[in-house]
Amino acid sequence: METIEQTTAIMGGEFLIKETEASTVFIPEEWSEEQKMIFQTCKDFLAKEVYPRLDEIDSQKDPELMPELMGKAGKLGLLGISIPEKWGGYGMDLNTTMMIVDALGSGHSFVVALSAHTGIGTLPILYYGNEAQKDKYLPKLASGEMKSAYCLTEPDSGSDANAAKTRATLSEDGTHYLMNGQKMWITNGGFADLFIVFAKIEDDKILSAFIVEKSFGGITMNEEEKKMGIKGSSTRQIFFNDCKVPVENLLYDRGKGFKIAVNILNVGRIKLASSCIGGSKDIITTAVKYANERKQFGKSIGEFGAIKYKLAEMASRTFASESAVYRTGSNIDKAYDSYVNEGMEPAQARLKALEEFAIECAIMKVHGSEVLDYCADEGVQIFGGMGYSADAPMDRAYRDSRINRIFEGTNEINRLLTIDMLLKRAMKGRIDLMGPAMKVAKELTSIPDFGVSEDEGLFAKEKKALRNLKKAGLMISGAAVQKFMQKLADEQEILMNLADMLIEGYVAESALLRVEKLIGLRGEENCSIQTDMMRIYLYEAVENASRVAKEAIYAIAEGDEQRMMLMGLKRFTKMEPFNLKEARRRVANHLLDKNEYSFK
Amino acid sequence: MKILVCITHVPDTTSRIAFTDGDTKFDSNGVQYIIGPYDDYAVARAVELKESQGATITVVNVGRVETEPTIRKALAIGADDAIRINAEPEDSYFVAKQIANVAKDSGYDLILMGRESIDFNGGVVHGIVGELLEIPSVSSVMKLDIDGNVAKIAREIEGGKEYIELEMPFVAGCQEPIAEWKIPNMRGIMTARSKPLNVVDPVDTDHLDKLVRFELPPPKGDIKMIDPEHMEELVSLLKNEAKVL
Ligand SMILES: Cc1cc2nc3c(=O)[nH]c(=O)nc-3n(C[C@H](O)[C@H](O)[C@H](O)COP(=O)(O)OP(=O)(O)OC[C@H]3O[C@@H](n4cnc5c(N)ncnc54)[C@H](O)[C@@H]3O)c2cc1C
Ligand SMILES: Cc1cc2nc3c(=O)[nH]c(=O)nc-3n(C[C@H](O)[C@H](O)[C@H](O)COP(=O)(O)OP(=O)(O)OC[C@H]3O[C@@H](n4cnc5c(N)ncnc54)[C@H](O)[C@@H]3O)c2cc1C
Repeated sequence: METIEQTTAIMGGEFLIKETEASTVFIPEEWSEEQKMIFQTCKDFLAKEVYPRLDEIDSQKDPELMPELMGKAGKLGLLGISIPEKWGGYGMDLNTTMMIVDALGSGHSFVVALSAHTGIGTLPILYYGNEAQKDKYLPKLASGEMKSAYCLTEPDSGSDANAAKTRATLSEDGTHYLMNGQKMWITNGGFADLFIVFAKIEDDKILSAFIVEKSFGGITMNEEEKKMGIKGSSTRQIFFNDCKVPVENLLYDRGKGFKIAVNILNVGRIKLASSCIGGSKDIITTAVKYANERKQFGKSIGEFGAIKYKLAEMASRTFASESAVYRTGSNIDKAYDSYVNEGMEPAQARLKALEEFAIECAIMKVHGSEVLDYCADEGVQIFGGMGYSADAPMDRAYRDSRINRIFEGTNEINRLLTIDMLLKRAMKGRIDLMGPAMKVAKELTSIPDFGVSEDEGLFAKEKKALRNLKKAGLMISGAAVQKFMQKLADEQEILMNLADMLIEGYVAESALLRVEKLIGLRGEENCSIQTDMMRIYLYEAVENASRVAKEAIYAIAEGDEQRMMLMGLKRFTKMEPFNLKEARRRVANHLLDKNEYSFK
Repeated sequence: MKILVCITHVPDTTSRIAFTDGDTKFDSNGVQYIIGPYDDYAVARAVELKESQGATITVVNVGRVETEPTIRKALAIGADDAIRINAEPEDSYFVAKQIANVAKDSGYDLILMGRESIDFNGGVVHGIVGELLEIPSVSSVMKLDIDGNVAKIAREIEGGKEYIELEMPFVAGCQEPIAEWKIPNMRGIMTARSKPLNVVDPVDTDHLDKLVRFELPPPKGDIKMIDPEHMEELVSLLKNEAKVL
């Protein structure tokens, strides 16, 4: 009895109930020659302009340095990647845009500044601006002549973004708004010429968004925030005191600011994930090199199993995360193309495509940032005492990594969002969760399927494990909805458990699809290390999911129901024995031999 | 001004070097290729000259089809067109002969090369090309300015610099800091594909040498740390153990 059906059209969130064909996913091994050249341009830019000045950037002694670097990136065209050619950009797809922040992901504070400018600082105008606003601002943003910042957060309004108190009141002559309020944690605040500001008009309950030029006046700011990491990234509190914003600088419609903020964050999240992967790959390479060089007990430390374990784990998680990130980016691009083909206006099509995959964007934000934190943490450990030295590279990597779990929506908020969005879609009938969940529930009371006949074809066992993992997720979410109904939102611990299962399922599946497709392109014998990494990831994903699932079951059910669910869980998370130790050794040995993270 | 820039397609400087086929073949598995770093400076200087005083730039490479991404990178940096001479670059003389053949009737004012390739480090192709074309060749060029028909050059010599002037045409083997290292920009990358890349057949050439085998340097030995206070210990080790004194 199968609950999972085949399909070709991809919809956001559907991965949970449908099986995906490997041939339909994009994998990073498919980057074109041009994309690879762009990637290399970014890496060369870091090598030439950023790496030699990391300390100088972090010291913030020269306030002109970061805007100058941004200007240089602008000259190379790196600030206009997603802006259409008619406004001086290159009109590239989302996946290419993501690849660029992946390449720059090891750029520490610089990539934060660049991402804030090209992402949350530019896209609101690109997606929601009218023609006049686009004509006026986009060319300058693409060239870097203007640098931008995004002002949503306030002292009393962080995760609860719509609680913002900044107000905009219409002047008597109706020509402009007077803006008053205080924003906090504003990236690029110190040097931005343009601010996307979220404020409430008059007594509105919902935010509106405005394009505010620094030259409008009435803008003051505090000193730079003293931060744990990304110390070179400008972060300011900004005050608006009767800042005069012309009425034509209202972005989109009155009361649509919250919607803008939420939708822009979808792109912000998926791009943050790709940037985190770039950071992770760089950390792995640095760690691998050190493991080859550093000798203790007469051996390079890379020869020790404990170190091999770490290297293999870092690589497997990064590989899996990367698989899922570009699978998502490409799906968003495909959805965009199909909406445009149906006649939708491009900016609208972008937004709709992003909204369609908002669940995956949130999943990837959480996963990418947590993989980076894992890599940074183990990177420090591999460096031993040198890991703790501020003169060695892991110190900065470790401190700079941490912010990614906080901004663009904290990982808690994003975990909650994944499940919240999924259940809302189910409620609206956009995804049939209940049907499959009921089928799984029925399967629980039926005779276990021993699955002998299914174990055929490439990765048949792995695919079965994934199907079962999804069944476990459906079983528990179904039970949770039935038990708590509307009150489920108060059971955040359970929602977190469900989110973790969803995340692990999506990422493990993406790694599997990538390797399956890659084998089709390169042959099995040339993909053995990728296969190992995928199996390591899948095995751990199932183990992790099984652990949180158990917690959820204890909290949801009692007595016979609990016993039955636990038995079901056992069945759904049963894995064949797999020698993880040997697989990790093969992965680590490969990395050590190549002396870098070599999966390109 | 017409400039020909000769570029190599070489393993990235951080690549791990290994050989196969009884140490007669370089193991290119998983190796990333780049424009030879010295050639990269030659390309960059050509582009600077083009920007400051106008020039057309042709890049040439002797190599098989797999070198085309490297060639297109030079186009992205600013060359106008490219020639790939479709042959394995078997030895320095062979390569020089091919380049000279392409250059001989084309009226290039400047033929820029790298000081040396970074795979086989011959440092001779510019000399041979100059000889074959019967024009001057200079190498280790660190500075190159063109004034009318005259080039003002600074070249690196042991312990200092030599300043020379000569008339075009000539061949120059370039090195840093002749130009600022150029990174291809987005516009360049997007237009590279539409620039001409002509593939031509090689001319028959004698082989002056034959490869026997490669050998990697012996692995680094153990390192002994000696306290700066105990210089006599160092001297004794160098004398008795390393036997280099
Ligand atoms: C370096 C830096 C740069 C930034 N750049 C920008 C920028 O450019 N523009 C901008 O607008 N903002 C920016 N921010 C702000 C950032 O987005 C917020 O800090 C973030 O959204 C969290 O808000 P908060 O700090 O108010 O935390 P809070 O919302 O107070 O959260 C505190 C904790 O409570 C948790 N929490 C909150 N609500 C819930 C809930 N409903 N359920 C469960 N847990 C919850 C959070 O997950 C977190 O763990 C930046 C922040 C930093 C540190
Ligand atoms: C697949 C392969 C097989 C080879 N087999 C042999 C072999 O069997 N025996 C052997 O001795 N060598 C062999 N080589 C090495 C080859 O001879 C040299 O790389 C090449 O001829 C350059 O010689 P060089 O090192 O003397 O260059 P140099 O004189 O150091 O180069 C100076 C400059 O000349 C130009 N130049 C050099 N090579 C080229 C080129 N191919 N195209 C365009 N411009 C160029 C560049 O500007 C370079 O900076 C092989 C190389 C390859 C890639």
